Amino acid sequence: MTKFVIRRVLQAIPTLFGISILVYAIMLATPGGPVAALTFSPTVTPQERAALAAQLGVNDPFHIQYLRWLLGDDWMRFDSDGDGIADTAYLIPLDADGDGEPEPPGTRRGLLRGDFGSSFFHGRRHVIDVIFERLGATLELGVASLVVGLTIGIPVGVLAAVNRGGPFDNFTRVVSVIFNAFPVFWLGLILLLIFGGTGLGLLPMGNRCGLVLVGGCPPLYERLEYLVLPTFVIAAGFLAVYSRFMRASVLDVGTQDYIRTARAKGLSGRMVWFRHGLRNALIPIATLLGPSVTGVLSGAVVTENIFSWPGVGRLAVSSLQQRDYPTVMAIVMLASITTIIGYLLSDMLYALIDPRIRLR
Amino acid sequence: MSSPVGTKLETKSVAGEARVSPSLLQLALRRLWRDRLSMAAIGVLLFLTLLCFGAPVINALTGTNSRNIVSDSFLPPLTPGHFLGTDDIGRDHLARLLEAGQVSLSIGFLAALMALAIGVTVGLLAGFIGGHLDDGVIWFITTLNSIPLLFIILLIAAFLSPNATTLILALGLFGWTGTARLVRGEAIALREREFIISARASGAGNLRLMFAHVLPNQLSIILINLAIDIGIIILVEATLSFLGFGVQPPQPTWGNMLTESRSFMYYGPHLVFWPGFLIFVTVLCLYVLGDGLRDAFDPTTID
Repeated sequence: MTKFVIRRVLQAIPTLFGISILVYAIMLATPGGPVAALTFSPTVTPQERAALAAQLGVNDPFHIQYLRWLLGDDWMRFDSDGDGIADTAYLIPLDADGDGEPEPPGTRRGLLRGDFGSSFFHGRRHVIDVIFERLGATLELGVASLVVGLTIGIPVGVLAAVNRGGPFDNFTRVVSVIFNAFPVFWLGLILLLIFGGTGLGLLPMGNRCGLVLVGGCPPLYERLEYLVLPTFVIAAGFLAVYSRFMRASVLDVGTQDYIRTARAKGLSGRMVWFRHGLRNALIPIATLLGPSVTGVLSGAVVTENIFSWPGVGRLAVSSLQQRDYPTVMAIVMLASITTIIGYLLSDMLYALIDPRIRLR
Repeated sequence: MSSPVGTKLETKSVAGEARVSPSLLQLALRRLWRDRLSMAAIGVLLFLTLLCFGAPVINALTGTNSRNIVSDSFLPPLTPGHFLGTDDIGRDHLARLLEAGQVSLSIGFLAALMALAIGVTVGLLAGFIGGHLDDGVIWFITTLNSIPLLFIILLIAAFLSPNATTLILALGLFGWTGTARLVRGEAIALREREFIISARASGAGNLRLMFAHVLPNQLSIILINLAIDIGIIILVEATLSFLGFGVQPPQPTWGNMLTESRSFMYYGPHLVFWPGFLIFVTVLCLYVLGDGLRDAFDPTTID
């Protein structure tokens, strides 16, 4: 197992490397680039724009810019004698804007050392801080929808398999196909129309307590009503997938020899299914963890926007609209890392609970 | 899929004349024809496509079009002349829905075809040739799959100016990995089979083996995938448009019509209902068709 984890982590390195190049290349291909995004105002003079471009280093060749993003620039241009003026430079010129004065020493530590740069907005704070203060809201939503999906989806799938071909089975199959094809955002809007505001007025329209400066949010159990609609919107997709997957798994287990043996011993149908079948049928559910992480991430982007949920998904969309490159790239990188970890955990979990699986 | 698709077995009937038994493809089509659900899905899809691309005719009949402000705003459905009512600035809702459908359906179909072409080519080459090429392709696919599709498409759509062409390119260029994986797996399984070995022995080159012998045997996978991929791409495109990174107004798409209707959903609930419903029905039919194709091509299905 340890060997397997080490190998998989090592394998993730070239993957992450590829992702970082791809994401960076897409950003560089943008017309105008970050300078255009930062100096959108017509009052900015061409000189100021050029100075900013030099400071951001956007005129450097691709590989230098990429290296700066990945490894930082505190080693590219630094101050070796402690007088606050840069005196040594590798790869980049000491005086980038050509005014005869050396540029200030580099301060960025780069992606690999946890520095995703400063946001163009949000008071130019570190991107990582901006993301982390929104992570709680997204986790709340993601965990809630996974729990709902699992606790409803699994029993539904088991019951459908046990009553195979019966009305309940057919009903759940139709419902799961419908849930699968349902556009998430439409579901959100329809639910708002029915339950929110001028509809039945039962549930809030969104606006979970925002990012507050003082006092913080009330505890989760006092604002469950805010969670209901967004959770259901994300969980609908999970329900469809989990119940179908569970149904197939139970039916698969049902053909095994030990089930026939259990029946031959004279056990009741209930004992056979729930004592012998269910435990083994649950094992493949572990493989769904990886895809579920992607589901939560993508679901959050849409759902948080409909329900004004102050999470990372909403941050992603607003940063894209504002062309806040550092934030967008950090979110995409973190989402990819999360996806990779999700798939790794999923494989490990599968091996842990199923002794027949040998990981090499 | 156990015998090559094109092969027809010739048997002699009792009377002595040659009788040709149906090929797998013919059998599959026959099964599909008898599957009522799949045929209904095909019917609905054809109807929707005809309706959307026949919009000029319908507009001529009802005397409206999708761009002109023709009437009062927020007219309810079934108003004479405006079958589905009008939107916030008095444009005919039906005309706009149909024009939007042209865009949404074209993007879904073209992007899926592009993804299919890339996926099949890459998958065939990687699976059939193997070696370092295969390792490289697998690394690339793993890399692409580690970025959630919605995120990478959002990135491209937001940074490049979003319009129908860039969307088709983005969705096609990044949506092929699933197909490539399947085709690669099948190609690996097929390349050691006897009919491939015998074709090679009769002098067929790699290209001929790949495209004339391996590819036709993957027809079922390819068709099933195409149906489901069009559905997924229509959903992703609608999501992008909904978030404001898809095709931009005034060009309507089902996704951006939903966004527009969001701000006044209490005045015109019908404006929220129809675009989403059309996306839903289209995607549902494509998924059902994909399932139907899977059953139809499954050789274990009992006739």
